[in-house]
Amino acid sequence: MIRYVGHRALDAVLTVLLVLTMVFLAMRVLPGDPAVVALGETATPEQLALFRERMGLNDPLALQYLEFVWHMVRLDFGRSFITAEPIGAMLAANLPYTLELAVAAMLVGMLLGVPAGVISATSRGTGVDYMARVLALIGFCVPEFYLGALLLIAFALKLDLFPIMGGGTGTLDRLHHLVLPAATLGLVMAAFTCRLTRSALLEVLRKDFVRTARAKGAPRRVVIYKHALRNALIPVVTGFGLYILSMLSGSISIELVFSRPGVGTVLVNGILSRDYPVVQAGLVVFAFFVVVVNMSMDLLYGAIDPRIRTDGR
Amino acid sequence: MSTTTLPSAAVAAVPPAEPSRLRAFLNALTESRVATAALLVILALLAVALLGPTIAPHDPAEQSFLAASKPPSAEFWFGTDRYGRDTFSRVLVGTRYSLLLGLAAPIIAGVTGTLIGMMAGFFGGWIDRVTGRITDLLLAFPALLLGILLAASLGPGFGNLIAAVAVAFLPRFIRVARASTLAVRREPYVEASFAAGQRPLRIIAKHVLPNISGSVVVVATLWVATAIRIEATLSFIGLGVQPPEPSWGNIIRDGLTNLLGSPMPVIAAGGALTLCVLAFNIIGDAVRDALDPEYRE
Repeated sequence: MIRYVGHRALDAVLTVLLVLTMVFLAMRVLPGDPAVVALGETATPEQLALFRERMGLNDPLALQYLEFVWHMVRLDFGRSFITAEPIGAMLAANLPYTLELAVAAMLVGMLLGVPAGVISATSRGTGVDYMARVLALIGFCVPEFYLGALLLIAFALKLDLFPIMGGGTGTLDRLHHLVLPAATLGLVMAAFTCRLTRSALLEVLRKDFVRTARAKGAPRRVVIYKHALRNALIPVVTGFGLYILSMLSGSISIELVFSRPGVGTVLVNGILSRDYPVVQAGLVVFAFFVVVVNMSMDLLYGAIDPRIRTDGR
Repeated sequence: MSTTTLPSAAVAAVPPAEPSRLRAFLNALTESRVATAALLVILALLAVALLGPTIAPHDPAEQSFLAASKPPSAEFWFGTDRYGRDTFSRVLVGTRYSLLLGLAAPIIAGVTGTLIGMMAGFFGGWIDRVTGRITDLLLAFPALLLGILLAASLGPGFGNLIAAVAVAFLPRFIRVARASTLAVRREPYVEASFAAGQRPLRIIAKHVLPNISGSVVVVATLWVATAIRIEATLSFIGLGVQPPEPSWGNIIRDGLTNLLGSPMPVIAAGGALTLCVLAFNIIGDAVRDALDPEYRE
């Protein structure tokens, strides 16, 4: 296991380096002057020159690259062009809002999606199954930010049950602000989980050991929950990493719909105000998230399934 | 040793992909009423995208502060936005961006990804190892997140948007093309072509490409719906189509700032978007079922 962890960690370090290289290349080497991209076509030559000077764009590319990696690895993101605030502090202040949204949405998605999938699979071919499948398909297709906007219109604007914007202060107020955004992302995830649970359970129900359990006279409930569902949940749990990552990208537009603070909001505001160091930091943070989630998932599989870690990988 | 050489006529006589695929696909489409409906929706959307401004009842850019934030009426079917622009016309004209990107990004990624994946799978060696490593890395990112990262680096604009989404899709196509190429490469007729002394590029063009194109087309159709979603999300964030040019994503963004005035722009543009994604998802599944029997339930 230690060997396996070591391999994964080495992989993660390589991936982080590759990711940093990608962000660096994307922002400096791609066609288009980064200064013009950052400041817009209307910038004066003096502004462009000042920008290049401050961003170190006049240095040789190799030196820029080393400096960039060195700063990023130490989580030294620099200061915002617009507010001169340190970006690290900005991100740290916004991170809890994104994390609480992700955790809450995950709970909603699991608690709704798994039972819905079980009901759908066990009542296969009935009206209930049909309805669950149609709802899941719609949930699968509706873009998160549109669902969020609809919930906002219905429950915050018309019924006035929830606040329209912001992240809230104090525990209760924060929970109150969390309901609609978490419900939005959670419903989208529930649709995904429901489809996955349904197909996995249907697959397992065809297996021999389920037939054996039935044949020996085990009650239907025991067959489904004890024998079948446990096995069916393996692909669902395996999909966990995928959910977290897709929720991460979904959270960006959801934070925007509900005007919530969060890492996505920092990134989008940076993009819209052409705050180059903020955009760069936001990109690196999201990329780090992906690497961390993937590595945790790899380690989790290794712990669950011994075959994976002895695979010589 | 020269006796192992096959006459190249025998090699050329290998039949191409069976012609029944298209028929199976059309049958599958017409058998299922849902798929037929989805196809009709897509045809209608394509017509709207092509005709766009000519069938719009109003100029989508025409502002009128007297008519701002009006509810739906006989004149303005979906009401007006905060500048008094006709929502119905804006949603109609916005269709073309969604469809254009939805089709262009998978096609560009499909063609490029097939070329790269085919080369990697066919020649192997260091080319394969380098593309494999980069592909694995990129596959760890959800397509939407990768699209946002790329679009943020490239800056706003529709051209950059297409490039960002196409690159976000690229690793998916490389992987499929590579895996299919590896399978085809082991087929006896490919071995025979090698033995017959045919050039690798000729083998790729004559044998590999026709045999892997089915899988690539399936993947491409499956990604159209996702491409449309990503376009809308990026335009919503402010990275895609720039106002005042209407696209479904930026109509929703603009409408959110005027919900108290009228929620109609948000509801209408999002409804069109959801319908479009739904239709392309259903067709994507139908194409996959028709061309790839393994996936059938």
